[in-house]
Amino acid sequence: MEHAPASEVTSAVIVRRILYRICKKIGMTMLILLGITVISFWVIHLAPGSPTDLQTTLNPQVGAATRARLERLYGLDQPVHVQYYRWVKRIMQFDFGKSMSGDHRPVWDKIKERMPLTIGMNITSLILTLLFAIPIGVGAAYYQGRWFDKASTVFVFIGFAMPGFWLALLLMLYFGIYLQWLPISGLTSLDYDKLSFWGKAGDLAQHLAMPIFIYTFGSLAGMSRFMRSSMLEVLRQDFILTAKAKGLPLHTVIYKHALRNALLPVITILGLSVPSLIGGSVIIESIFALPGLGQLFYTSVLARDYPMIMGNLVLGAVLTLAGNMLADVCYGLADPRIRNTGGSA
Amino acid sequence: MLSITSRAFWDKYGMLFIGLVIVGVMTFAAVFSPIISPFDPDMLNLDYILQPPSWAHPMGTDALGRDIFSRMLHGARISLWVGFVAVGISISIGLVLGLIAGYFRGWVDETIMRLVDVMLCFPSFFLILSVIAFLEPSLVNIMIVIGLTSWMGVARLVRAETLSLRERDFIAASRLAGASSTRIIAHHILPNALAPVLVSATLGVAGAILTESALSFLGLGVQPPTASWGNMLLEGKQVLEIAPWLSIFPGCAILITVLGYNLLGESLRDLFDPRLKQ
Repeated sequence: MEHAPASEVTSAVIVRRILYRICKKIGMTMLILLGITVISFWVIHLAPGSPTDLQTTLNPQVGAATRARLERLYGLDQPVHVQYYRWVKRIMQFDFGKSMSGDHRPVWDKIKERMPLTIGMNITSLILTLLFAIPIGVGAAYYQGRWFDKASTVFVFIGFAMPGFWLALLLMLYFGIYLQWLPISGLTSLDYDKLSFWGKAGDLAQHLAMPIFIYTFGSLAGMSRFMRSSMLEVLRQDFILTAKAKGLPLHTVIYKHALRNALLPVITILGLSVPSLIGGSVIIESIFALPGLGQLFYTSVLARDYPMIMGNLVLGAVLTLAGNMLADVCYGLADPRIRNTGGSA
Repeated sequence: MLSITSRAFWDKYGMLFIGLVIVGVMTFAAVFSPIISPFDPDMLNLDYILQPPSWAHPMGTDALGRDIFSRMLHGARISLWVGFVAVGISISIGLVLGLIAGYFRGWVDETIMRLVDVMLCFPSFFLILSVIAFLEPSLVNIMIVIGLTSWMGVARLVRAETLSLRERDFIAASRLAGASSTRIIAHHILPNALAPVLVSATLGVAGAILTESALSFLGLGVQPPTASWGNMLLEGKQVLEIAPWLSIFPGCAILITVLGYNLLGESLRDLFDPRLKQ
């Protein structure tokens, strides 16, 4: 007997399936991570220009000898594959190297101190996005073809086409310059240190209001559109008809039976939205002069700071993969069909 | 034939119509910009700096006295170029890889799809930024880099399409008739997979225009004095308080153009595949 009869699918079998699935997933993730580092390393190192340019070529007092010495110091005189091998060896020990520009501090320290701001802003805006997108999507699906649906469709199309940085300029113009309600750059005011705890919180909130609004606006369109089609899909199914037919109140059908099923695919989309959030942080943080990861990445790219760029790219990829995996796990937990079969994907 | 004034026409073709009008007007502006522009877009006129919109300068002038309207028209040209060339590159890569993966399956498919996974896990804007910064920002580099980082969706789409097409009877028939793989792919699978590709190309143009403007806004895109909507907004930001019109018009142009391509793409999708219409 190759296959156990259905009645013999014990918990041990299920656990084994889940373990197999997790191992496969982790193996795949490692492979993808390897691919990402190889491509980034190759692209960055084969491009003309070097981090020593800013310190040597552009400085007339520095000769070729110094340049060669600097390159040896950073290991840039070695072939690319040797440099990659050394880099991977250090990464295994969680050593991202030292920044090649400015203060020469360890890459990881610089990333660490900027992470809370960027991740905090993203999580806040993600929560806000869900808070608005779910009701909009559900409403649009429920009132399909009526005015609410049409209005939300118009909003979605405008949201997709709106460049985030232009929205930022418009908001700065209106709330910052015309009404003078909100500060247009930085994270804190000059007198921040003298403020009370609540004063500090209020000051931060004022500075972050516009950036978080723009993050939220950027993902709201996609998310509510997605919520709408997911809800439409569910509303069409037989069990909804059954629920309606047996006389359940409408809000029970919508919120208990339909919404719970329609939310499942949203988990996946949340996981997939990490790269675009990271990309968006570069623009938003540089417009509002916020000291986050995006701004760090932007300045390190301009300075051709190899270790810093690689550190950021790896971090971005790890966050993306972690997002995908987390989405996968949550999906499995939320959907008994996947939980019990161990999933086919 | 539906009359253009009837409600049924707008319900059915409204999106397509508006999309076509926007794309048409923008393309016209881009192609004929040297003829329509009232001024040379790069001509300095230091007597007329930061003029608000007037009859002579319908959109005002910038900090160097250049006519914003003329620069906007030339910006349309850049956007169109970037959109079309970048999408051309990404569609070509996506088509070839998708056809190969879907037709030959096996390890070829596995390898290509893993490459797609890798590329999708990149925060692509990070990658674009680093490559552009290293290669010197220029129009050509931007088009290439955007193209090279946006082919994954097309590859997946074409692969899925090919996977289902290759099992159909007419493919089996032509294989029995002795057609080579190349011939089957080029003559039977490719033409049948083109409709969804056209949709994603249209939406891709919108994406490429947005990416170019964001790059130019960060100073890593099209370099001044060449006008692009993105770098005009960058210049506008520096004088936001005294000359807000500099920051308003180019943004409107980006919004409307991207909206046009998105409307066109979505309505083409509905036309080609009415089942997807929701």
